[in-house]
Amino acid sequence: MTKTAPKGKKRRRWITRRRFLTVSAAGGGALALGFVVGPVVGRYRRQSAIRATAEATGAFQPNAWLVVHPDGRIVFTLDRVEMGQGTMTSHPMLIAEELEVDPRTIEVEFAVADRRYTHPEFGLQITGGSSSVRTSWDQLRHAGAVAREMLRRAAADDWGVPVEECAATDGTVVHAPTGRSRTYGSLTRLAAEQPIPDPPLKPAEEHTLIGTALDRLDAPMKVDGSAVFGIDVTIPGLLNAAVIRPPVQGAAVVSFDAGEAEGRPGVTAVVEIPTGVAVVAERYWQARTALDDVRVEWSGGRPDLDTQAMTEQLRRLTAVPGKTVRDDGDAEAVLAAAAGDYLEAAYDLPHLAHAPMEPQNCTAHVEGDRCEIWAPTQVPGVAQAAVADALDIPRENVVVHTTFLGGGFGRRLVADFVVEAAHLSRRIAGPVKVIWSREDDMCHSMYRPQVRHLLRAVLDEDGTPVAWHHRVAAPSLLEAIVPQWLPAMAPDAVPDVMTRGLSRVAGGVFRGDWVADPTSTEGASDTPYAIENLRVELARHDPGVPIGFWRSVGHSHTAFAVESFIDELATAAGRDPFELRRELLRDAPRNRGVLEAAAEHAGWGSPLPPGRFRGIAQHFSFETYVAEVAEVSVEAGRIRVHRVVCAVDCGRVINPDIVHAQMESGIVFGLAAALKQRISYVDGHVEQSNFHDFEMLRMNEMPEVEVVIVPSTEEPTGVGEPGVPPIAPAVANALAAATGRRIRTLPIEPALSA
Amino acid sequence: MPVTFRLNGTPITLDDNDDGKTPLLWAIREMAGLTGTKFGCGRSLCGACTVHLDGRAIRSCVTPLGSVAGREVHTVESLSPDRSHPLQKAWMAENVPQCGYCQSGQLMSAAALLARNPDPTDADIDTAMTGNICRCGTYQRIRRAIHRAAAELREARS
Ligand code: FES
Ligand code: FES
Repeated sequence: MTKTAPKGKKRRRWITRRRFLTVSAAGGGALALGFVVGPVVGRYRRQSAIRATAEATGAFQPNAWLVVHPDGRIVFTLDRVEMGQGTMTSHPMLIAEELEVDPRTIEVEFAVADRRYTHPEFGLQITGGSSSVRTSWDQLRHAGAVAREMLRRAAADDWGVPVEECAATDGTVVHAPTGRSRTYGSLTRLAAEQPIPDPPLKPAEEHTLIGTALDRLDAPMKVDGSAVFGIDVTIPGLLNAAVIRPPVQGAAVVSFDAGEAEGRPGVTAVVEIPTGVAVVAERYWQARTALDDVRVEWSGGRPDLDTQAMTEQLRRLTAVPGKTVRDDGDAEAVLAAAAGDYLEAAYDLPHLAHAPMEPQNCTAHVEGDRCEIWAPTQVPGVAQAAVADALDIPRENVVVHTTFLGGGFGRRLVADFVVEAAHLSRRIAGPVKVIWSREDDMCHSMYRPQVRHLLRAVLDEDGTPVAWHHRVAAPSLLEAIVPQWLPAMAPDAVPDVMTRGLSRVAGGVFRGDWVADPTSTEGASDTPYAIENLRVELARHDPGVPIGFWRSVGHSHTAFAVESFIDELATAAGRDPFELRRELLRDAPRNRGVLEAAAEHAGWGSPLPPGRFRGIAQHFSFETYVAEVAEVSVEAGRIRVHRVVCAVDCGRVINPDIVHAQMESGIVFGLAAALKQRISYVDGHVEQSNFHDFEMLRMNEMPEVEVVIVPSTEEPTGVGEPGVPPIAPAVANALAAATGRRIRTLPIEPALSA
Repeated sequence: MPVTFRLNGTPITLDDNDDGKTPLLWAIREMAGLTGTKFGCGRSLCGACTVHLDGRAIRSCVTPLGSVAGREVHTVESLSPDRSHPLQKAWMAENVPQCGYCQSGQLMSAAALLARNPDPTDADIDTAMTGNICRCGTYQRIRRAIHRAAAELREARS
């Protein structure tokens, strides 16, 4: 997902400046007073809340993330869900660094949907955009430091010694001159009495945890089957459900006949819900088998959806000018002057499913005007607002618990499966868990859009590109997603009817010619290559396929187009593809840094075993720079990827092993898509259904992956997604080197055997 | 139809109202209440549901409950009482799990492999593990962890 607001610090400064302007414009008075008094009142309220908690329970809760209990337990509330990317390890590390405790002793709880956990950039509670470390970096270290300082001052007060003589270390405060010490647990009530400080954060040189490869804190739970995923949730009286979904995209139930289903053992209800017909039973398998007995009549929807037709439409769209997204110099004039002596290539990328290992599921319990949800969701805040809207109940009456997520990859940024369970629970007046089959997940996803890129370039006599013309035809993700997210972003003060109305029109912003969706051209419009005449255009495609954010979003396709085409230019000019990139990255030192690191580590230019060839690609996404070198061979018409070297610059590193793991993960994810995956429509339905026709990379195809972290003292940036974009072009480039054949349509395997 | 078998060493009788056709996966999860074994595809395509039947790795999502009558079934919960199985230790040391959803199945496939082949080659690992999908892409670490556990087992034996 892309950033929709300027990042962290900058944004805060921006707001401050804007507030200042507002105040000045209003001529001051009451408004200005409000801005002075506001924080004071806020601080006073927080202070009283801390005291009240300590009085009631003895626990010290300095902020929304931390509780220190009198028995010494430290509970940390993780507000960025754990879906494999490592927040359950990295985030306790951030807290522990400043709190001066062993992170392995911290108990981690998953946050419920709560305004206090609103993402500072997205404005809603969300885990996505490879932003968890970047946005929690200051926030959590500060939260830990505040707690530590209050505990330290509590001890100093108690002993009647200067606070400077008291050191916090490993969960205790020590007074060195007298050798006295007190555990954090024994200081909770006293700490709650301390004024809330604003302590400075440790300088990087003093970090003892940040930068170390602490073992994953969730690993123990994930090697003995005890980690609780959404699908494992159980509550008293829970029933289970399976759903018959439309055979044609968007079709609606006309009528249904439950047939024998209702009489089957365990089955308690067969009911219509907005997404289809649900069979509810004591156990899931009873519900699932009973589906066979239900006959449903459907109507409407989009039986015309057809991938072949969409491909042709995309071709038509790239044949005519689109909306200008970037226009440096005059690429069109240079192209016209070239009088046909230019290079042109088009790249086609298919729809893709996220297919996380854990199929969608949700447990819901509606009682009157209250609803409790347990779900593996990336967007607890969106789920909360959407359920409130669907059931027409106040948002604060919806409690959303998150569980471990069996993968997310963007699929769980949409709360459709949560709303569905809530509808069903209300319908049957009891708690129910809806479990999607793999086929449901594959055929009713929010797909990475099908996209086409058309590129043209003019080279000068030295083979240097002097004009670059890039036309993207893609649907608008923001048009699809913003209306779903808006209700969760609106402040409580905004009446529901207003947010509902607003969310209905919000997507329209990206329709027509008004605003170009930045997620369609990210990675293309901001290409770091120094080319004087550079034009990027976007044509909006709207085939009516449900779409969503798929790991690395727009970068998942723009990188393939840009990095393949640069390679094609190098080949046409007879230049080394690494050297050409290096030259064109003269104004982009961090891109060049990872490019050089990957090339060096991979031994770019050195001899390879016979039959093996290298390809290289670099890409910047989610504030992180990644370059990858792939080594491939082709035997009997089949491609094999032997080795991938990856260099990453993600600023300061919290946990290098998690950075490695995320690069490995992104490479495998991107490689499966590049080589094998494609979602296609025929007669309005998805042709693929399970892992036999939407294939994954498997153990026997796993390349050796080597990751090099380029050292940096910049602010930390994300690693969940940036490993994905470079792999497809790196492999396609290696393949072109190996065979002379340029694959411009993904996935590669079928294209290669065609 | 009541089906009696041994689950993680303890005799158990599950009453299947679908004539013993209920997949072992759902019987283990919903009737026996052991949720470590996961549902991923339901068609023997992903390995998330892997358990041991008389010591062999099988896909419980396509194994009818009736077919395990009188036999020994082991799930991930039985690897050790305290995460001390060499594979569990190796998994933690190599930081294998990401989302973790596939890992019960991965561990059970690996455990069956090591039980019959204490010194597996990379090719042996490919053969034994290729039926287990990991969407998070942890294969490289799984391979390392299997080698690590095998080394520990060999050392313990010598
Ligand atoms: S759930 Fe059994 S193999 Fe996938
Ligand atoms: S760890 Fe997520 S699927 Fe394997």
